[in-house]
Amino acid sequence: MTQQKRISLEKLTQNTTFLSAIALILSLLVSGVVMMIAGYSPIEGYSAMFTGAFGSVDNLAQTLGTATPLIFAGLAMAFAARGGMFNIGIEGQIIAGAFPAALVGAYLQGLPWFVHIPLCFLAGMIGGGLWAMLAGFLKNKLRVSEVILTIMLNYVAQYLAEYLANYQFKAEGMLVRTETIQPSAALPALIPYSRLTTGIFVALAFAVFVWWFLSRTTPGYQMRAIAQNPYAAEAGGVNIARMNLLTMFLSGALAGMGGAVEVMGVHGYFIVNMTSGYGFDGVAIAVMGNNTPLGTVISALIFGALRAGSTSMNRMTSIPGEFIQVLQALVILFVSTPGIVRAMLRKRNFKKNDQKKGA
Amino acid sequence: MYAVEMHGITKQFKNVLANSNVELMVKRGEIHSLLGENGAGKSTLMNILYGMYAPTSGQVVVQGKPVVIENPLKAIELGIAMVHQHFMLIEPLTVAENVVLGYEPKKHGCFDMKKAVEEVNTLADQYGLHVDARQKVEELSVGTKQRVEILKALYRKADILILDEPTAVLTPQEVSDLFRVLRKLRESGKTIIIITHKLKETLELADTVTVLRKGQVIASLPVTEQMDQAQLAELMVGRIVSLETEKQPVPGEHEVVMALRGAVVTRDKRNVLDDISLEIRAGEILGIAGVEGNGQTELIDVLTGLQRLSGGAVVLQGKQLPAGRITPRSMLAAGVGHIPEDRGKRGFVGGFTIAENIVLGYHRNQPFARHGLINRKARDEFADRVARQYDVRMDSIQDTVGSLSGGNQQKVIIGRVFAQDPKVIIAAQPTRGVDIGAIEYIHGELVKMRDAGKAVLLISADLDELMRLSDKIAVLYDGRIVDRRDASEYDERTLGALMTGHTPDSVEKEVKQA
Repeated sequence: MTQQKRISLEKLTQNTTFLSAIALILSLLVSGVVMMIAGYSPIEGYSAMFTGAFGSVDNLAQTLGTATPLIFAGLAMAFAARGGMFNIGIEGQIIAGAFPAALVGAYLQGLPWFVHIPLCFLAGMIGGGLWAMLAGFLKNKLRVSEVILTIMLNYVAQYLAEYLANYQFKAEGMLVRTETIQPSAALPALIPYSRLTTGIFVALAFAVFVWWFLSRTTPGYQMRAIAQNPYAAEAGGVNIARMNLLTMFLSGALAGMGGAVEVMGVHGYFIVNMTSGYGFDGVAIAVMGNNTPLGTVISALIFGALRAGSTSMNRMTSIPGEFIQVLQALVILFVSTPGIVRAMLRKRNFKKNDQKKGA
Repeated sequence: MYAVEMHGITKQFKNVLANSNVELMVKRGEIHSLLGENGAGKSTLMNILYGMYAPTSGQVVVQGKPVVIENPLKAIELGIAMVHQHFMLIEPLTVAENVVLGYEPKKHGCFDMKKAVEEVNTLADQYGLHVDARQKVEELSVGTKQRVEILKALYRKADILILDEPTAVLTPQEVSDLFRVLRKLRESGKTIIIITHKLKETLELADTVTVLRKGQVIASLPVTEQMDQAQLAELMVGRIVSLETEKQPVPGEHEVVMALRGAVVTRDKRNVLDDISLEIRAGEILGIAGVEGNGQTELIDVLTGLQRLSGGAVVLQGKQLPAGRITPRSMLAAGVGHIPEDRGKRGFVGGFTIAENIVLGYHRNQPFARHGLINRKARDEFADRVARQYDVRMDSIQDTVGSLSGGNQQKVIIGRVFAQDPKVIIAAQPTRGVDIGAIEYIHGELVKMRDAGKAVLLISADLDELMRLSDKIAVLYDGRIVDRRDASEYDERTLGALMTGHTPDSVEKEVKQA
C-alpha cells in the first residue's frame, strides 16, 4: 500500500505540470511568510490580490489584458528554448517590435483596418525578429554565447528607442513618446476602457501556431533536434548556424508581436518604459510552462493575474506591490529546482509513515 | 577463504529489477570474472559492493565479516577499490598527485611531493606498473591512465580490486600488459573482480566465472581448459549464438565508389589526418584498424561531410567533390550512409521517438515531408516497417530512443541508414556496447549490405570484428595509413604492433625471429 503510494508520488514529481503547480503554491506560501516577517498580513494581502485579479469584470479584464503581452513574451522564450537558444533579450525585442509598429501605425494613413493592423503586426515581427537575429548572427560570427549578446542588446534597444522617441519621432507634449497611431491601426477593446483587446485572440492564435510549427514542420523538427542533441542534428545534415538564425528570428518576432499588440491595444503609441519587465517575466512564464505553448499560455494567465492583483494589493493595502517580484523569483527558483520540491514532498511522506508506525 | 560474499542481493530501481536474489562468492586471491550482457546487472552488483548503491535486500560479507557499505569511503576502508570504465583522474595533475589524492603524505602540515613520488615509484615497481610519477595525467595514453587508477587502488591498500570493463579501451598490447599486471597482483594475494562481456578474456584470465543474465546468476563455475566461448556465450545469452560470420567473396568487378586522395586535416598546426588516400569499393568491406585518437574520428567526419579538408580531395563515383560544398547534408543526399562511432552523441536524439529518429538526416525527403510539412502518417508507417525489419525491440515507434537498450538504439541507426539504400556505408564502431545477440545480427546485416554491392568502410576498435568482417584492412597510426593488405594476411599480433607505431618492416622482422 505504502509502496504503491510512494511510486505514484514519484511519478507525480516527474510530471512537470504537477511540479509547476506545486512550485506556484510553495512560492505563494513562502512569500506569505516573507510578508508576515515584514509585518504584513498575508491573508489580507492575498485576498486583495485575488479580488484585484478576479473580483469583477473589470478586474478580470485587467488580468487578461496584462496576460496578452506576457503570452507573447513567454512564447518567445519557450520557442527559443525549444530550438536550443537561450533568448534572454525578449525585453529588447519587445521594444524593437513596438517601435516600428507604432511608426507604421502612426504614419501610414488612409488604410482600412484589415490592411493596417496586419502591416503593424508585420512591422513588429520584423523589428523584433531582426533584433533577435542580430544576436544569432553575432553568435555565429564571433562564437559568443547568445545569453550575453541578448542581454546586452536589451540595453541597446532600450536606449536607442528612447533616443528616437526623444528626438526624431517625438510627439508633441511632455511625454517621451511617438505620435498616436491611426484609429485604423488600433486593436478594439473587448471591455471598454480596459487593457483587454482583441490582441488576446491574436496571442492565442500565435500559441497554436508555435505548437503547430514545432510539431508539424521540418524546421520545427530540426530546431528540436538541435536543442536536444546538436551533434546528432549536425550529422543528420541540419545546418545549425542557419537554424539558430531562424530560431532567433521567430522568437524575436513573437516578442515583437507582444510589443506591437501593447502599442496598438493599450497605449496607442510607443512610450519609454512601456515594457515594464514583460520580457523578463517571459523567462519565468516559459520555465513554469515547461516551454510548451499550452503551458506558457496558462502560466502567462497566472502571471497576468498576479500582476493585476499586485496593483490592487498595492492600492488597497499597505503591502508594497513589489512582493509580486519576490513571488515571481520564488516561482523560478522552485520550478527550476524540482529537486527542492521532490525533497519536500518526500520528507512529508516519511513523516507520515513515521506517524503511522508510532500509532 | 572468501574475500567477498554477497548473499541474496536484490536491487529494485524504479521499474527495473536490476539484481534479483544474487549470490556471489569470490575466493581470496583469485581473478573472478563477472560475465554478462549490457543490462544484466553486473555493474549494479559491483556498485553495491563499492557502496554506490544500497541493496534493496541482501547481505554483503567482506573477509568473513558481515558489513553494511553505505558509501565508497566505507568500501575503501574495507579494502575494496574500483577502477571505473571512465577514469576518475584529474588530468592537469601529475601521476603521483593523482595516486595519493585524499591520502597525501605530509611534511610540516604541507603536501610532501617528494615523498609522494617516492612512494608511488616504489609501489609501481613492486607490481610492474610502469609509470612516470612526475608526468601529468593528461599526457598519458589510455593504458597508462588505467595503470594510474590501479596504483590509486593499491595506494589505498586495497585487497579487493573491481575493474569495470577494463579492456574496452585498450589495444591488444595494452591488454596483455594489463593481464600481466593482474596476474602479478593475484600472486601477491590480491582478489580481483573484472566486470566484462568478453568471453575470450574470461577464458584467458579468470579463475572463476559468474554469469549474470537479467539480474540473476545463471552459473558460477571454475574456468577450466575444457570451457569454450560457445558454452559461455550460451550461458550469457540464453540461447546458442553463432560467433562466426559466414562470408564469401563477392564475385565480379569491385569498382571504386568513394575515395580520398591525399586528404589532409590540420588542427592546431598539426596534421591529424596526413595525406590519406583510400578507396572504398563496391562489394567490399574496408576495415580501418587503429588505436582511438589516431585520426579515426577525423576520417569519419571527412567522409560524412562533418569536417572540411585542409588539403586533398573527396571523390565520389569518379567525380571530385567541390571542397567548399561538402556538408553532412550533401553527403547524405549523395548516398553516403553514416553509422556514427558514438551513437549517443552523433547517432540519435534521445528524447525523440523511434519514428523521429529513423528519419533523422532524411527527414526532408518525401514522403516524410513535403514543402516543409511533416507527413506523420507516412513517416510512422515507414518507421514501423523499418523498426520491425531491423528487429528493434520496442513497445511502439512512439517510444523515445533514449529508453531503448544500446543494442536496440544501434538497430534504429542501422535501420535508418540501410533503409535508404545507400551507396556507401561508413560504419564506425557498429557494435560498441551492444549485446552478443545484437552483434551477431549487426554483423550479418553489414555483410548482407556488402553482398548487395554496397561499399563499406568499417572503423572498429575491436580487432576480432575487423578481421572477421573486413575484406581489406588499412592501419591508421598518427593520422597516416601505415600499412594496408588483404584482411587474410593479417593476424592480431601484427595488427596490434602496427597500430601502436611499429613499422611494417620491424613487425616482419620480429615475426621472423619468433
